Amino acid sequence: MSYSVTEPSRRQKWVAGILVVFYAVVTLLPLLWIIGTGFKSPEDAIAYPPKMVFQPTVEGYVNLFTTRTRVPEDQLKALGEPTTWYDKLVRKEGVVITGASRFAERFYNSVIIGFGSTVLCITLGTAAAYAFSRFKVPLKDDLLFFILSTRMMPPIAVAIPIFLMFRSLGLSDTHAGMILLYTAVNLSLSVWLLKGFLDEIPIEYEEAALIDGYTRFQAFYKVVLPQAVTGIASTAIFCLIFAWNEYAFAVLLTSGNAQTAPPFIPTIIGVSGQDWPAVAAGATIFLVPVMVFTILLRKHLLRGITFGAVRK
Amino acid sequence: MLHSPIDRVASATPPAIAARVRGLSDRAIAWLFVAPSIVLLLAINIFPLIWTIRLSFTNFRVNRPNAPIEFVGLRNYINILTDNDIWQSMQATAHFLIWTIVLQVLIGFSLAYLINKKFRGNDLWTTIIVLPMMLSPAVVGNFWTFLYQPQIGLFNYVVGFLTGNDPSSFSMIASTSLAPWAIVIVDTWMWTPFVMLICLAGLRSIPNSIYEAAECDRASKWRQFWTITIPMVLPFLMLAVLFRGIENFKMFDLVVQLTGGGPGSITELTSINLKRAAFEQWRTGYASAYAVILFVTVFGLASIYVKALNKVKQR
Repeated sequence: MSYSVTEPSRRQKWVAGILVVFYAVVTLLPLLWIIGTGFKSPEDAIAYPPKMVFQPTVEGYVNLFTTRTRVPEDQLKALGEPTTWYDKLVRKEGVVITGASRFAERFYNSVIIGFGSTVLCITLGTAAAYAFSRFKVPLKDDLLFFILSTRMMPPIAVAIPIFLMFRSLGLSDTHAGMILLYTAVNLSLSVWLLKGFLDEIPIEYEEAALIDGYTRFQAFYKVVLPQAVTGIASTAIFCLIFAWNEYAFAVLLTSGNAQTAPPFIPTIIGVSGQDWPAVAAGATIFLVPVMVFTILLRKHLLRGITFGAVRK
Repeated sequence: MLHSPIDRVASATPPAIAARVRGLSDRAIAWLFVAPSIVLLLAINIFPLIWTIRLSFTNFRVNRPNAPIEFVGLRNYINILTDNDIWQSMQATAHFLIWTIVLQVLIGFSLAYLINKKFRGNDLWTTIIVLPMMLSPAVVGNFWTFLYQPQIGLFNYVVGFLTGNDPSSFSMIASTSLAPWAIVIVDTWMWTPFVMLICLAGLRSIPNSIYEAAECDRASKWRQFWTITIPMVLPFLMLAVLFRGIENFKMFDLVVQLTGGGPGSITELTSINLKRAAFEQWRTGYASAYAVILFVTVFGLASIYVKALNKVKQR
């Protein structure tokens, strides 16, 4: 290996490594605590001093998915032996399961709205990005800036008229309404990111296809789209994560039917205040997909976050 | 003749012209592709914004749809600008903005600088550092109230352990002096990675040859840092500050779940204040005027800042 003045020395690498690992561990601690609390019993969750080692239980998860009621001792006995493992688990606490909680429903809403808006956002975004990347669109720079500027709006500033608008269109508290809303919120990110990816695909490929007798449309979906698949996939995941985590619109514009999980998780209440193991269980279920995506996506992370920033 | 010279010329013409001959023109396709996005953004961003501006001059209330709507001129605006509570929210927001940006820039840049030393396994640790910003702020905010509990909370326990204080002697959320810091800490935990990633992009954009040239000129490492690294990363850093500034100015979910604006109204940032007026007191006209004021403030500050940013870029 040749000597380089820009290559850091071994000692520098060691020091840098130790400092970064220290920060990463501190960062990770609250996350591990969330995941760990999900597997604690309610007593262990509020033990003093905080318990690092504990007997794991899925009580939090059972509590998350069910509603329960406390019944007197004799009535409990009259019910006979619990038939399922989860019945057994809650009987120990002197309660019986009375039905399902609304978590599954809310989680389902998150999935529908998250994926629905992502698909729509990618469809509209790819088309617009392709046009911006390949054609002379009048007022191109102004339109691109306009698209970006929509991201600067505070959600609450537009929430009132959207609330009124959705109400008169019959869109309030519906999946369709929330999908449209989240699509609009994420569209700027989608167009800007995808334009970056499409700009990198050489225009010669399409020209060759056009000369071979393809129409523009055919050239677009037979030549350009397959080349852009990784770019589209990582853009889609960013859109999904934003829609997945959104809270302000969800809490202001929905009440029951179309509410997603983020406003629901903080409302999980136990016998005395928040049922922390259940909250942690809900948070964990909700975090896991995003964490998996983040790990899968790490190579594109830099691009996604700095969209527009790295340009020029 | 079937293969006339005209046909041969047509098949050799550039695709732009060829496409116009066959099917839709490029111009039509361009419009067809761009139009749906523009229409959606106009419908869900611009139209509501114009509506907000219109409502801001009225005394309209959403919960009283049948009451007559009166035009009240600038009264809403005057009421807001002379309201002490609102000035207090502005102050709380400014305090929050300044401290989060200072901390996130310092820590974020340092981390990027260290990661750029390319030690072994930095990819894995970078991914771990980035995780918090991928999470839902509302869920995270809610769970941090647990971490902040006196005695049983992890945060209090660790701080108590490190400083030798009794963990139950202080409450980050219930104390008026600590609550603003409780938000600053969580926001810094969540968003430092964002600043870090942008700084990393900046650091990686500096060509090695510049450092090699500086080395030939016998510039010290310290000198290289201040005359090459910092100026080259500055535009990126300023962009990170712009993005974080805009995001934190409209910060809502994290704070609502963490402190809910309390104790008292010490952490009531402008967006929480606005939500209260709009969706709890249902003073729609008044809240609209408030939204317009916030909006103008963000755009005003952002455009002044972007001008400064462009100057730095041109240098």
